[in-house]
Amino acid sequence: MSFISYLIKGISLGSVYSIIALGYTMVYGIAKMLNFAHGDVIMVGGYVIFTVMSMIGLNPFVAVLLSIILCTLLGITIERVAYKPLRSASSLAVLITAIGVSYLLQNLALLIFGADTKSFTSIIAVPALKLADGRLTISGETLVTIPLCILIMVLLTVFVKRSKTGRSMQAVSEDKAAAVLMGINVNKTIAITFAIGSSLAAVASVLMFSAYPSLTSTSGSMPGIKAFVAAVFGGIGSIPGAMLGGILLGVIEILGRAYISSQLADAIVFLILIIVLLVKPTGILGKKIQEKV
Amino acid sequence: MLEVKNLQVYYGVIQAIKDVSFTVNEGEVIALIGANGAGKTTILHTITGLIAAKGGEVLYEGVDLQKIPAHKIVGMGIAHVPEGRHVFAQLSVYENLLMGAFTRKNKAEIEESLESVYKRFPRLKERKNQLAGTLSGGEQQMLAMGRALMSKPKIILMDEPSMGLSPILVGEIFDIIQSISKSGTTVLLVEQNAKKALSIADRAYVLETGKIVLTDDAKKLMDNESVKKAYLGE
Repeated sequence: MSFISYLIKGISLGSVYSIIALGYTMVYGIAKMLNFAHGDVIMVGGYVIFTVMSMIGLNPFVAVLLSIILCTLLGITIERVAYKPLRSASSLAVLITAIGVSYLLQNLALLIFGADTKSFTSIIAVPALKLADGRLTISGETLVTIPLCILIMVLLTVFVKRSKTGRSMQAVSEDKAAAVLMGINVNKTIAITFAIGSSLAAVASVLMFSAYPSLTSTSGSMPGIKAFVAAVFGGIGSIPGAMLGGILLGVIEILGRAYISSQLADAIVFLILIIVLLVKPTGILGKKIQEKV
Repeated sequence: MLEVKNLQVYYGVIQAIKDVSFTVNEGEVIALIGANGAGKTTILHTITGLIAAKGGEVLYEGVDLQKIPAHKIVGMGIAHVPEGRHVFAQLSVYENLLMGAFTRKNKAEIEESLESVYKRFPRLKERKNQLAGTLSGGEQQMLAMGRALMSKPKIILMDEPSMGLSPILVGEIFDIIQSISKSGTTVLLVEQNAKKALSIADRAYVLETGKIVLTDDAKKLMDNESVKKAYLGE
């Protein structure tokens, strides 16, 4: 019974990683860059909710909504100010800039909110579910996280495949120049991608801080890096890959923590990344279509 | 319809296009011929805004295209079939064609264009659900042309449509270009295959290292001794 409980907990944590990984994978797919500041947007989302609820005292729905709006604007601003001017620069310059933005956000948060850990009150009011005569308890956070993750995944897939904006994202991801020739505004498409990724980061922050309620200025970096691992694991650039990679990673982490060693859990996660990259450098669902010339 | 005036284009410090001027009138098929590296592709890229010029003008129906963002140009009636086709490999044939109509709004009209593209290229209809990356080179060329036609262009720019195709397919592609022209679309054709290009063009410009060295009616150029020697292999 405890195995099932760990498994469910793993899927739940993995769902949060999936939602964050979507931001990495979509931005990579379309702008061909790794936005290492993505994890820190989660942290910002956490602080927004914390501030709005504990300090101003508004209700949780307003807080979440505000957090999503602010994170979306933050994502668009980061792209506009830091990455857009580097569109034709080397990928190394973009990478260093992304790391710089990440440290900037962390240090701004440190400056504004101080170094002490803030405790986040869960805003998910769903009661825990007790099964099998109380031997299996599924927390309210889990009950919300897993279906929400599935919903996001379905909506996003439909959006990318069916909507005009989604199709323009696919086109830009494959061939920027050809996309321009079709009449697609590449800059706008990239901005929309950042907006979607950042709003998802805000959603992830609600779920994550409700389940793991301690908030510091570096709270976003570890989940951010793990979600990046998840994205690479599943095949970077692939939306179902981010989903699969995230969930596998969450399950591996929780099972590793339960059965192997809680200290080694993170090491196991990264070891698996290395093994996957050695065996299949494109990730589990990453594919390379052989193009005929 | 399209008038290029004293165009100057640089790649870094290297001047790729030196003072090039030419005109394309409505209904014409104009060929730009020249060897590899003469600057043919650069000219097309400058017209559709993929490269910025250093000097000169590209006038289309009196509007200077260089003042217009690249993604707005197709909506003005200029379609560009790029060299190497550049189809969206991971989208289906049908989705690629829809991308071609990206700037258009009227669903019924888009459907009409789709039908006419399928009529012109029956093979695309047979393979409409196949991923574009799995098509043969000739089919990809047809898809790139079909996709361009989906924007209902007034003028279509074609960059090396015969590249890498078997002689039979080359013939087929040129027949299609001719029929596109007959149906009222102006054509600006860039080709290394000068013989084929001159056979369907009204007029042609000969480009050498970024400069236009010769221009005349296509028929006359075919009989021109220096053109024969340099480009027609006679």
